[in-house]
Amino acid sequence: MVALFSALDRKLLRDLWRLRGQGLAVGIIIACGVGIMIMALGSLASLKESRSTYYDRYRFAEVFADVKRAPDRMLADLREIPGVKSAETRITRIVTLDIENLREPANAQLVSLPDEGRPRLNDLIIYEGRWPNPSRSEEAIISRAFAEAHDYHPGDIVRAVLNGRARDIEIVGIGDSPEYVWTLGIGSLLPDDKRFGVFWMRRQALERAFDLDGAFNNVTVSLLPDAIEQDVIDEMDRLLAPYGAIGAYGRDTQFSNAFVESEMGQLVAMAQIIPPVFLIVSAFLIHAILSRLIAVERQQIGLLKAFGFTNTEVASHYIKMAIVLSLFGVIGGLLIGRQLARLTTHIYSDTMRFPEIVQVIDSTAYASGTSAAIFAAVLGAMSAALKAARLKPAEAMNPAPPTVYKRGGLLPAWLLDRLDEPTRMILRHITRWPARALMTVFGVAAAMSLLVGTLFAFDSTDEMIDTIYYRTDVFDAAVTFAEVKGYDAVTELERLPGVLDIEANRGVYVRFRNGVRTERGSITAIPSDSNAKRLLDHDGQVLGVAEAGLTLSSQLAEMLAVDIGDELIVDVLEGNRPTLEVFVTALTDEYIGYSAYMDLDTLGRLLGETRVFSGAYLVLDPDRAEAFSDAVLKRPQVASVALRSAVIDTFNETLEDTITIMMTIYSLIGGAIAAGVVYNAARISLTERGRELASLRVLGFTRGEAAYILLGEQALLVLLAIPIGAVLGAGFAHLIVLGMSTDLYRVPYALSPATRGFSALVVLLASIGAAGLVAQRIRNLDLIEVLKTRE
Amino acid sequence: MSDAQALLRANDADANTLLSVRGLTKVYQTGAVKVHALRGIDLTVKRGELIVMLGASGSGKSTLLNIIGGLDTPTTGTVTFMGEDITDLRPSGLTQFRRAHVGFIFQFYNLVPSLTARENVALVTEISQNPIAPEEALRMVGLGERIHHFPAQLSGGEQQRVAVARAIAKRPNLLLCDEPTGALDSRTGVQVLEALKTVNEELGATTLIITHNVGIAEMSDRVIRLSDGMISEEQAMHRRRNPSELSW
Ligand SMILES: Nc1ncnc2c1ncn2[C@@H]1O[C@H](COP(=O)(O)OP(=O)(O)OP(=O)(O)O)[C@@H](O)[C@H]1O
Ligand SMILES: [Mg+2]
Repeated sequence: MVALFSALDRKLLRDLWRLRGQGLAVGIIIACGVGIMIMALGSLASLKESRSTYYDRYRFAEVFADVKRAPDRMLADLREIPGVKSAETRITRIVTLDIENLREPANAQLVSLPDEGRPRLNDLIIYEGRWPNPSRSEEAIISRAFAEAHDYHPGDIVRAVLNGRARDIEIVGIGDSPEYVWTLGIGSLLPDDKRFGVFWMRRQALERAFDLDGAFNNVTVSLLPDAIEQDVIDEMDRLLAPYGAIGAYGRDTQFSNAFVESEMGQLVAMAQIIPPVFLIVSAFLIHAILSRLIAVERQQIGLLKAFGFTNTEVASHYIKMAIVLSLFGVIGGLLIGRQLARLTTHIYSDTMRFPEIVQVIDSTAYASGTSAAIFAAVLGAMSAALKAARLKPAEAMNPAPPTVYKRGGLLPAWLLDRLDEPTRMILRHITRWPARALMTVFGVAAAMSLLVGTLFAFDSTDEMIDTIYYRTDVFDAAVTFAEVKGYDAVTELERLPGVLDIEANRGVYVRFRNGVRTERGSITAIPSDSNAKRLLDHDGQVLGVAEAGLTLSSQLAEMLAVDIGDELIVDVLEGNRPTLEVFVTALTDEYIGYSAYMDLDTLGRLLGETRVFSGAYLVLDPDRAEAFSDAVLKRPQVASVALRSAVIDTFNETLEDTITIMMTIYSLIGGAIAAGVVYNAARISLTERGRELASLRVLGFTRGEAAYILLGEQALLVLLAIPIGAVLGAGFAHLIVLGMSTDLYRVPYALSPATRGFSALVVLLASIGAAGLVAQRIRNLDLIEVLKTRE
Repeated sequence: MSDAQALLRANDADANTLLSVRGLTKVYQTGAVKVHALRGIDLTVKRGELIVMLGASGSGKSTLLNIIGGLDTPTTGTVTFMGEDITDLRPSGLTQFRRAHVGFIFQFYNLVPSLTARENVALVTEISQNPIAPEEALRMVGLGERIHHFPAQLSGGEQQRVAVARAIAKRPNLLLCDEPTGALDSRTGVQVLEALKTVNEELGATTLIITHNVGIAEMSDRVIRLSDGMISEEQAMHRRRNPSELSW
C-alpha cells in the first residue's frame, strides 16, 4: 500500500459508499458520543477558565467568617495570623425589600464596601454606573441579575427596610462580585433573581443603619501560597469566639462556589457516563457491519490472498475502513460538540453570573473525543479483521458452507410447534445468531437506559418539590428575625392581616463534635408537635421532634459518623457559648443541607433561655396573602420573608423553561441510538436474507408478510430490550443520583411510570422509523434477478 | 372481426383453456440499448397440459415464464388467466394471483435455510385456501422420510424435490418450472421429473417446463420452441413417456 489510493483503497471507498446508510447510522451515534463528550469537557474547561479568571482578577477571598459584632481593632490581629495574606472586615445583612408591583416580599443581601476606594477582596466588576459616594449614605450598587430581572438602571430607587426603617436607596451602579456567582432565593432551591439581589453600600451607611459603629460582623481573608487553610480557620475561630463567631469556613463550603463546583461535577459525570454508552454501541455496530461485509467478501478475500496480499494487509484494510467510518462521526461530533458547548455555556451564563464566559478551545477534549471514538471503532473492527486475516485462501475461495440450523436448539419443541413458519424463521434466525441478537438487544437497551437515566431527573425534581413543599415544609411563609426576639415579636406577627396560625422557632449556630470530626452547623428548634415543619424518617413517615435529644439529618449523622443513641458534643456559638452533650435520638432524611432539630423547650432549657425566638412559620389565608406581604415588610424585626407559593411558582417556571428542551435533546439522542441499532440490524438481515425474502415473494407472500419476517425479528428484540433498558436505566439513575449528591445537596431517586412509558415510546418510534426505511427496500427486491443466481 | 380472431375468442372462452397469451412483447431498456426479449407471443394453454419449452439461451423463455407467472409485466400484449387479464393487475394483485394459483420451481432451489423440509412446505400451505398436507406433498415427491431435515442436510436433488413439494402443496392451477433439472445430474434429474409428472397427473396441475434438454420433451403433451423472442415451432406429442425412459 504505497500509493495514496491503492486499488484496495478504492475498494474501501466504494464499499463505504455502498454501505452509506449503515455508515450514516454509525456516524450519527459516534457523533452524538463525541459531541456530548466535547460539550461536557469543553464547557467544563470554559467554566473553569471563566471562574479562575474571575476569582483571580477580582480577588475572591479564601476564608470567610461571620460574627455577631466584633470591634474594628480585631482586624490587626486577624492580619497577623500566620498564612493570612490580606484580610478585610465588612458589615453584611439580609434585609427585606418593598418593591412595587411585586406581590411577594423580596430580600437583599447587603454587603459593605470600604469607605474609600475599592474592596481589597471580593472586588466588584461594575457593568454600569459608578461607585457609591461615601458621603451619601443611601447609594448602592446592585447585582446584575437582580437589576435585569427588574430592569433597574442607575438613578432608579428601591425601597429597603433597614433595621425596621424603610429607606429609599438610589441605585448608582450595577455590578457583581465573585462571591455571588450563584445565588439562591431565600427558602428556595433555585436562583430567584426577582426576589433576591445583592446590594453593595458604603461601610459608613451600614454602620449607622445597624448600630455597628467601629465594629464589623463579617471578615474575609486571602491566604499566602503556603498557608494551611484549616490552621487559619482554627485561629480565626479562636480570635473571634468572644464576638459571637459562628465558625470560619473555606471556599469549599462558600455557598456560591460550592454550587458552581457541584455543577462542574455534573459535567464530569456526564462526560464519564454518556459518551461511553454511545461509543460501545458504535463498536458493536461496526463489528456487525464488518462481520457481514467479510462474510460477503469471503471469496474476494481468498482471491486477494491468492494474489499475494499478506494477512496483515487484509486485516488492516478492514480496520482502516472502520477508522474512516469513525472519522466521519468524529468530524460530525466535533462540529456538534462545539455548538453544544457554546449552547451550554450560554445556558450557564444565565444562572452563573460570570462577567464573561471564556470560550476555551479545549484541545484535550477534542483529542480525547477523537481518540476514544477511533479506539472504539478499532475495537469493533478487531474480531472481524482477525477473522479476515485467518481465512485460508483456498478455503475462502470456495463458497461459505451453508448455515446449519438446528431443530431444537434453544427453543423448546412445544413452543415451535405452535408457531407459524414465518415466526419460526424469526426465532430460528435469532437463536442461530444469538450474539448478534444480543448486541441488538444491548444497543436498544442502551438507548432506553440512556433515556430513563436522564429523564428521571424530572421525576426526581418532582419528588423533591413534593417532599419539601407538600410534606415537610408545609407552612405558607417563613419569617426570620434580624436577631433573637422575645414572644412579643411573635405576637406582633400573629396580628398581621391574613395570618391564620403561627409557630415560632429558634435557630442557633453550633459546632458539632464527635471525636476528631467536627462540622459547622445549626440546630433548628421547633415544637415537638410542630404542624408547620415536619420531619420524615427514611420511609417517609412523619417523625416529629423527640422531646429529648437531637434529631439529625442522616447526611449530618454520616458526616459526623454518629448513629441513634450516640452522644454528640455541641458547641453553641451564640450567647454564653455553652458546650452541650446531647444524644442523637432520631435521624431524618432531607435533600438539602445538613440540619439538626431539637424540641423548642428542650433547647431553651439547655441554653438557659426563656422564650426567645429567631423566626416563625406562618399559615396564611390565601385570599389575604397580599395584605400580609405588604404588612410584614414594615415590621422592624423581620430580616427575611420566604413565601412558599412564590418559591413553588419560580420552580415551575424554571422547570417549564427547560423541560421541553431537555426532553427533545434526550429524545433525539436516545432515538438516534435506537434507530441506528435497529436500522443496522435490519439492513444486515436484509443483505443476508434478501434472497430468501425474494423467493417468498415469488411464492405469493405479500410485502407485508415478507417485512414481518425481516422486521419481526427486530421488533421482538426491541420489545425484549425495552424492559431490560428500563432496568439498566434505573441503575444509571442510581449512579447519577450518587454522583450528583454532595454534602450540601442530595438528589432523590424517583422514576415514574410516565418516564418509563415516554422513554419506551421514543425507542419504539425511533425503531419503527428505522424499520420503515428498511421496509422500503423490500419493495425494491428484484424477484427475477435473485432467482437466476446461486447464492 | 376476422374469422381467425373469432376463433381465438372462442378458444379463450373454452372451459378447457386455462391461460391464453396474446401479442406479448417485452422490451428491456438498458441505457441506450433496447433488448427485444419477446417479440409477439401467442399461446393457449389447456387445463392439465404438460408443456415443455425449448430454445437457445437468450431466446426469451424465462422472460415469458416470468410474465405468465405474474413476476414481471409485459411491454405490450395480454395474459388472460381463467378469463381474467392479469396484465392489468397492480403489484399487490399479482401477489394475490401468484399466491392463489401459481407454483414456481427454479434451477436453484431457493429453500428457506432456517426451516426444515416440512416447514418449508408448510410455509406455503399456511397461506393457501385448500392445501395438501405438507407431509402428503413431500410423500408425493418421494421424501416422506426426510421431512425434518434442514436444506443444508439434503442433497441437491432432494432439495429440488422439496421445492417441488412446496410448489404443489397449495394445489396450484399452474406449475412453472425454469430449468428444474439444470443443476442436477441425470439420475437425480429423473427423480425430480418423476415428481413433476406425478403432480401433473394426480393433481391435474397445468405444467410448463423450461429446459435445455431436448430429451425431456418426450414426457410432454406439447413442445414449444422459442427463438429470438418468438415461437418458432410447436409440436404435439402423442405419447407421453415416463421420465425413466428418457435419454439425456
Ligand atoms: N433485466 C433485464 N434487462 C435487460 N435485458 C434482459 C433482462 N432480462 C433478460 N434480458 C434479456 O432478454 C433476453 C431474454 O432473456 P431470458 O432470460 O428470457 O432468456 P432465456 O431464454 O431464459 O435464456 P437462458 O436459457 O440462458 O436462461 C436476453 O437477451 C436477455 O439478455
Ligand atoms: Mg432462462
